[in-house]
Amino acid sequence: MKLNVRQLSKSFGNQEVLRDVNIDLEKVHSLALIGPSGGGKSTLLRIIAGLERPDAGTLRLNDEEIIFREKSLLAHRRSIGTVFQAFNLFPHLTAVQNITLPLEKVHGYRPAEAREMAESILQRFQLSEHGHKPPVQLSGGQRQRVAIARAVAIKPKILLFDEPTSALDPEMTAEVLDLISELREEGRDFVLVTHQMGFAHRVAEQIALLSGGRIIECGPPDQVLDHPESEMTRSFLQKVMKY
Amino acid sequence: MPDRILNWFWVAPEDRGKPVHWFVRFLNAGLAMGLVAAICFFSFSQLRYAWNWGGVADYRGLFLRGWVNTLWIASIALVLSTLIGLIVALARRSGVFVLQVLSRVYVEIIRGSPLLVQVSFGFYVVADAFKIENRVIVGLSALSLFSGAYISEIIRGGIESVGISQIESARAIGLTRSQIYRYVIFPQAIRLILPPLAGKLVDLIKDSSLLAVIAINEFTWSAQNVAGLTYSNFECYLMLFAGYLLLTIPLSLWTQWLEKRTRYET
Repeated sequence: MKLNVRQLSKSFGNQEVLRDVNIDLEKVHSLALIGPSGGGKSTLLRIIAGLERPDAGTLRLNDEEIIFREKSLLAHRRSIGTVFQAFNLFPHLTAVQNITLPLEKVHGYRPAEAREMAESILQRFQLSEHGHKPPVQLSGGQRQRVAIARAVAIKPKILLFDEPTSALDPEMTAEVLDLISELREEGRDFVLVTHQMGFAHRVAEQIALLSGGRIIECGPPDQVLDHPESEMTRSFLQKVMKY
Repeated sequence: MPDRILNWFWVAPEDRGKPVHWFVRFLNAGLAMGLVAAICFFSFSQLRYAWNWGGVADYRGLFLRGWVNTLWIASIALVLSTLIGLIVALARRSGVFVLQVLSRVYVEIIRGSPLLVQVSFGFYVVADAFKIENRVIVGLSALSLFSGAYISEIIRGGIESVGISQIESARAIGLTRSQIYRYVIFPQAIRLILPPLAGKLVDLIKDSSLLAVIAINEFTWSAQNVAGLTYSNFECYLMLFAGYLLLTIPLSLWTQWLEKRTRYET
């Protein structure tokens, strides 16, 4: 992917969550956004996802400028796959129906086609036996994998993960992270917000640390996580690595 | 075996929800109905009243016409008030300020004032001003507007019960606003809307009796007339009792069936 963020700012009321954020990445497959809570990483991801409008600044993804008007945002959202912390799936639909809903209603596939696509992706993710189940009958990890399957099924140009394992029990985390690693090996582009430093180190080509609405440091994991330049990064890493 | 016999009549808290033997269900249903029947029988047996069913029978045609009129007036009002409720609920949630205010004012005024007054003013003032002479149209409108106010609040409550994260997910996969309502919000909200909606629709059927005040010949109006003509008040009330139950119980059963169909685990 190619990502160019220029002077991006966003406030909620009096609270400034992003201030003059700049990012320039080229030929990068995976970007991890890390940093303390309230630092602005989720807001940045949501702006990239087309779910939030910035107050100022521009954003280009793969050389296409994102126009922050409802109509073009809708088209933008349809071209990417977003996975949230939790409650991604619709409880009144089965796993398969959760995947076919966007395929049919947004991307215009015929029901039989959509079903076939959903089943094949569930099979690839080793979820075949769970296709007929509603979310309530799935474990937290399975739910997140179905959510990822739904995001991948539409063949998005980029995947966005907003703390995909934060709401999971520890033993469920691995299956979700394994799946993201696999997607990484397939060469899919994604942006990931995470608190899992070890995982970020492993899958991200680039890491950006946001704090107080600014990018504190941005670079490859060896640099940002192992040899941080700024004092703020060092103290943040010390805190999250302590236990 | 006193324990076994005891189990015919009650279930321990830890066994709630388990299937109950048909014999036990039958026995207890009979018991409950017998109790109700006994109270009714005793009450009426104490009554010194000269029953005159002949008078009622003479006017059975009038009753039937009234009942059929109530049936279709209530049916149309049922559909209309649900539509009004839906539109008003959506107006309240729309981005247009004047629609938000209008729907609030509408709900507060209608819910806060008696239907009897609304029907009378609607007919003698509003309909008169707009030169609408058809009583049935006026009555239907008044009834539908009355129920619609309550139903809009029921629907709004249901819509607002659907979590923000669900709407986020729906936006993220690229559904349009109307698609979000259709595929995500309504299928989830309907579970919470149906039980109170069913109650309100049953109320609507009974409230249609108030249209008698503007002389629409519905069921209650015909009963009042027959009672006046034959001096058989109790007979006519019993007819009303049975006639309204005949309308409300099927509606209740139907909505219970709908509830089962739209249920899903959470």
